[in-house]
Amino acid sequence: MNAITSSLGKARSFINKSGFPYRSAPTPYGVEPAPVKKNTGSDFNTDWARKYPARLTRAMLIEGFMRPAMKFLADPHISGVDRLSGIDGPVIFAANHHSHADTPLLLSTIPDPWRHHLVVGAAADYFFSTRVGGTISSLVMSAVPIERTKVGRRSAEMVRDLIDEGWSLIIFPEGGRSPDGWGQPFRGGAAYLAIRCGVPVVPIHIYGTGKILRKGKSLPRPSSTKITFGDPLMPDEGQNAKRFAEKLETAVAALADEASTDWWQARRRAYSKTSPDLTGPDAGGWRRIWALGKNDRRSQRKRWPDF
Amino acid sequence: MKNEKNLAPRPGFVLDVDRTSPPVLFHHGDTFKLEKLPAGRSRVIYPPEPLEGLRDPDSAIRHALENPIGDSEPLSALLRPDMKLTIAFDDISLPLPPMRRPDIRQRIIEAVLDLAAEAGVDDVHLIAALAIHRRMTEDELRHAVGDRVYDAFAPSGRLYNHDAEDPEGMVVLGETPHGEDVQFSRRAAESDLVVYVNINLVSMDGGHKSTATGLSGYTGLRHHHNVHTMRNSTSFMDQENSELHASNWRMGKVIRDAGVKIFQIETTVNNNTFGRSGPLAVLQKREWEWSARDRASFVAMQKGLDVMPSSARRQIFNSWEAPYEMTSVQAGEVEAVHKITTENVYKQQIVEVEGQTDILTMGLPYISPYNVNSVMNPILVMCLGLGYFFNMYRGKPLVREGGVVIMSHPTPWEFHSVHHPSYIDFFEQVLADTTDPIEIERKYEKQFAEDEWYIHLYRNSYAYHGVHPFYMWYWGSHALEHLGRVIIVGGDSSAVQRLGFQSASTLPDALEMASDVVGPQPTITHMKNPPIFLADVK
Repeated sequence: MNAITSSLGKARSFINKSGFPYRSAPTPYGVEPAPVKKNTGSDFNTDWARKYPARLTRAMLIEGFMRPAMKFLADPHISGVDRLSGIDGPVIFAANHHSHADTPLLLSTIPDPWRHHLVVGAAADYFFSTRVGGTISSLVMSAVPIERTKVGRRSAEMVRDLIDEGWSLIIFPEGGRSPDGWGQPFRGGAAYLAIRCGVPVVPIHIYGTGKILRKGKSLPRPSSTKITFGDPLMPDEGQNAKRFAEKLETAVAALADEASTDWWQARRRAYSKTSPDLTGPDAGGWRRIWALGKNDRRSQRKRWPDF
Repeated sequence: MKNEKNLAPRPGFVLDVDRTSPPVLFHHGDTFKLEKLPAGRSRVIYPPEPLEGLRDPDSAIRHALENPIGDSEPLSALLRPDMKLTIAFDDISLPLPPMRRPDIRQRIIEAVLDLAAEAGVDDVHLIAALAIHRRMTEDELRHAVGDRVYDAFAPSGRLYNHDAEDPEGMVVLGETPHGEDVQFSRRAAESDLVVYVNINLVSMDGGHKSTATGLSGYTGLRHHHNVHTMRNSTSFMDQENSELHASNWRMGKVIRDAGVKIFQIETTVNNNTFGRSGPLAVLQKREWEWSARDRASFVAMQKGLDVMPSSARRQIFNSWEAPYEMTSVQAGEVEAVHKITTENVYKQQIVEVEGQTDILTMGLPYISPYNVNSVMNPILVMCLGLGYFFNMYRGKPLVREGGVVIMSHPTPWEFHSVHHPSYIDFFEQVLADTTDPIEIERKYEKQFAEDEWYIHLYRNSYAYHGVHPFYMWYWGSHALEHLGRVIIVGGDSSAVQRLGFQSASTLPDALEMASDVVGPQPTITHMKNPPIFLADVK
């Protein structure tokens, strides 16, 4: 032991006394330092998470842990899977976003052949802010960093490359979890990526995960959920990302309506453009919360006694 | 998707050395040195970082073939079933080091042959346009054109090396207004279309030089590969001021007027010589940006190389294939194409430098255009340093007239007996007599050029032509005329002496010796090359 300590001490002493290249050289005066490769945020390299060892580990985690856990916590009722039967190849799954439970729920409910060939667009500034967080997110969720403030060229190119390689993408176009239970306006990212990659977008509505683990909570509690898959959408010829994002939002709103009522009513309202808005009333404070309760037809409970 | 490619490439720049500046990496043949330059009067020119390569080179090639530049129809419109088609391509001297597979030539030749097959062209020949360089081996040809092309054409004798000494295979097409004979490959001259496939590593390459030099022989080459042309090419990398360029352009016009139709395809590569990552990546990083891993790998590499025999070191470096990426491809009429190619070369290589220097230092690497898979003999050391590196300027030479060049290279008295037989005699006989290029040209050139044995070895073995070492010497004649002294650091002193240069053991010794010529406290400029850059000296 003493010999090892002594050798290490000698090596340290040698390095301390030696100059370059045993020690790093300072940046010369007047020279702009090289841009630092952060390897965090949108620079995080996730290539390794799509290699077979990581995929095998993830498949074991999803099938062995995530699916049973979601069955217990979320008891998902899945509908609309038949709408995916005509799709051949990679797609973009675009869902509303209420909770951290949304991603594991989708990873364990999206059917084959997509389930084990998925990447999840995750906020670069949140999931990839540290190397440890990025590594866990990549391994467990197959997450890839997406800049949520904008769709940067790098994010778009990365996603396009992945889709070209046959990977499908899960993305939450709202850009983050709902702060109050209502949805948020869809940003253009998913639509932009769909236009750029030329692949269909499958709208998905997730109901109930806000009750399991809403934003601000750290401990989940069981509740039932419903996942509704919509018809795949392709952008119209010449349609821009903003218009296509609106179309996506409308489609998810119609699915929300379908989940809370029935298909026929939802279709009628969709054609008459009277589907309930995902984003709730333009009001502040308690009135939005109150309206949320009124809108929640699946768990309609009396909030005020009838006299 | 690779992280290391995400950062925008930075341009080259000039570092003024102060006391805090780290030692600078010098290539020293197949080893390396770290040299501390005097503070306050030294500067180091760093090459630009590699530009991004084309994302889809194959699509870019197809697009270039169908959307030609200048007065040319798309390639597919020039092809017809009963035609004679010749595809000529650059030889082993480009790029340097050889690039990783697939070589650019393979990509382009396959695209051209696809169109030729679609058009039903039967009579197709492929020629390695090597002028009087050594013939390429089967492995080298396979590397350049790919196995599919090689296997389809070589066995039937339709893929071969140019033979500039074949009396039946060469023809003189005419004479330029300056009285220069234009000698050309007969097969190319008699073809309905010559497609030339070029890799433009430096601004001297390409244009009419591809065919006027590449498919020529001694009869044609002697008009511009001579001392007069070289001394009037200031520099031969600057087309506006290059007599070499002007002569090739005159010859190109004669070739065109003789009815030879040329469809020129030119490409440029970035200067990703040693890779953005990997064992040699440290060689293209700036010293203060070396990470702990870079420093560890450099120390390990340096120590390892120091204890290896030179043959093992040579083998290791000769096996290195550069991960070059294609940055542009353009096709069509020769001059219009070359104008754009040159702009693309400049985009990658230009570094602006303010003013000349008293002493120019350079660390010469293990490779030059003429020792791929071979030995870097003393004549090639001179040619690389005073021919190529010295001439990597536009405007004015980096070093002032009467200044000193200090080159770092082991300069062994060693030759490849198969590749460079005439070099041995040139070194032993000619340089023992004189090192004056004019005298050498007058007294010895014709004798070596017409020597039957050298011609036999050039045609049947893998030897450079008998006259080739002369051209190497002429390549450095502009520098020899311009400089006050040339010093080689760490070289074999007898070999250095034979070259007519001075030998120094260390860089400080060399600087001390140089001060006899340029005075005390001289200014010093170091070219950190490779990767390649072209100094635009104001």
